[in-house]
Amino acid sequence: MLYRLTAAVFLLLALFVLSLTIGHFPVPPLTAMSILFSKFFALTPHWAPKMEIVILQVRLPRILAASLIGAGLSCSGAAYQGMFRNPMVSPDILGVSTGASFGAALSLYLCKSLVVTQLSAFVFGMIAVGITYMIGVLFSKGGVPILIMILSGIIVGTLFNSFISIVTLVADVNNTLPSITFWMMGSLATISINDIAVAAVPILFGMAGIVLLRWNLNVMAFGDEEARAMGVRTNLLRFFLVCFATLVTAAGVAIGGVISLVGLIVPHMARFVVGPNYRYLIPASIVMGAAFLLAVDDLTRILFLSEIPIGIVTSILGAPLFLYLLLRSRKGWV
Amino acid sequence: MLEVKNISCGYGARTVVENVSFTLCTGELLCLLGPNGVGKTTLFRTILGSLQRIGGEILLNGKDVQRLNLRHLARKIAYVPQAHTPPFPFRVIDVVTMGRTAHFCVFSSPTTKDVKIAEDALRTMNIEHLRESSYTEISGGERQLVLVARALAQQAELLVMDEPTSNLDFGNQIRVLEHIRTVVRTQQVSVILTTHSPNHALAYASKVAIIGRDKSFAVGAPEEMISEQYLRETYRVNAELFGIHTRQGKNVRFCIPLSSREAGSPNYLESPQYAESLH
Repeated sequence: MLYRLTAAVFLLLALFVLSLTIGHFPVPPLTAMSILFSKFFALTPHWAPKMEIVILQVRLPRILAASLIGAGLSCSGAAYQGMFRNPMVSPDILGVSTGASFGAALSLYLCKSLVVTQLSAFVFGMIAVGITYMIGVLFSKGGVPILIMILSGIIVGTLFNSFISIVTLVADVNNTLPSITFWMMGSLATISINDIAVAAVPILFGMAGIVLLRWNLNVMAFGDEEARAMGVRTNLLRFFLVCFATLVTAAGVAIGGVISLVGLIVPHMARFVVGPNYRYLIPASIVMGAAFLLAVDDLTRILFLSEIPIGIVTSILGAPLFLYLLLRSRKGWV
Repeated sequence: MLEVKNISCGYGARTVVENVSFTLCTGELLCLLGPNGVGKTTLFRTILGSLQRIGGEILLNGKDVQRLNLRHLARKIAYVPQAHTPPFPFRVIDVVTMGRTAHFCVFSSPTTKDVKIAEDALRTMNIEHLRESSYTEISGGERQLVLVARALAQQAELLVMDEPTSNLDFGNQIRVLEHIRTVVRTQQVSVILTTHSPNHALAYASKVAIIGRDKSFAVGAPEEMISEQYLRETYRVNAELFGIHTRQGKNVRFCIPLSSREAGSPNYLESPQYAESLH
């Protein structure tokens, strides 16, 4: 398992360097790395100042955003799948992403503080996942069957989508509406280093929490009664895990909008690589999630001349990929 | 040693089972018999601590289990549920290692020492060859053995097993029970298990506890507890008990259910209707 994980880390590093060089303005890989290192070490610049601007102010923020959001969505997707014992859920299917984006839209409408947006996205993300879970528990005594949870997630998602529509209807056409609309498309192009600095704190904190508690997700997959008999405080742990996963998702949504299907597909891809043991699955999901979104973002930068929101691309790529995974992995969970 | 003193259990104000008392020493296997719906599971969940008891005391080596927190309780009492499949295809060794969870910090993962204990448990159950198999792809009997191995890795003193032989074929039922008996004899543990088969209780139990239809609780040696009258009254079938000498030279007691018709009346077997029904 460990060497597969290491391979994934090297893939991510290679993609990182590659992403710095891709684009309409050509920068050789070595120059790109020198520019990056010149921030930490005293290097004499042998490159055009224009290159430095492209690397540090255009490409780097975008790469960091893609990696952080991709890692966060995949990590929280894997955590949700374990704690709800349901391989078919993800932040978007549970309604968390939509709830968080309503919270973010609401705060963009009322005030434009980055921190408030993060907080509001987290609160409404928690409300959304809370409602989805409650409906799931109410309509299926004992365990939560896979389909009921997906259906209640769809209902909650639809509900929060209509709330978002209300916000866009009442928003000021000249001022707030364009910023809400632009953000909702889920684009990484406009994210600044400042946005990333604010979002990185909750994303890294939440992922660290999930990484620390990851072994318990294995035990929880066997159901609460069994997990408790093995010494796992299921209710307390589920509460903390929901908080961490929602924090990560909401922080990503607040800067990048809704990016669909990443949180569903990447954990399954990671299971193919390292197996279902959460001890390796969570780190693998983090690394592969970062690499996945980075690769998708590179692809959009190469293929399309005009800026296309990455959420659209992940959906188009993700749908067939997910069907393929579904066909290959019928090990009793569908 | 487990001492259950006069406990009543149930849900909220509704008492399901009352006046349950028994003791169980290390190396003993207690079979809990009772028809469906009399509260076997309720009693189980109470002993496991997942259900608050209404009255009485449960002492493990003289200590009240209610004072223990969840993690400490898990180091004393392990639960072997009926085998079912989790949503993810874990490897068998990972499933068994999960039994170690109560022994390390909540923020950490198992060490090589824990994996070694899990491997020992696999060896005890004679299923080392399943180590790398996917838990969702092995047979029901193997899955049950893996769950017993997981409970052994938990290194608890008491193993509580919920109908370990249900859903198993003829051969696997015996294999699982033989393994359980070996474990009880060699591993310094005691086992409580529920079963629907009086023959299993006669063959493997060192003690039998019964919960009757009137919710009464009684405990004793297998041959004392399982009588033709008990089977008739509790399961409403006419059954006959036999003690035979097998070709291998073992003394075996077993029962054969004959008919469920009019089993309520004790002399049905001598009645003309019964004689007719044989033709």
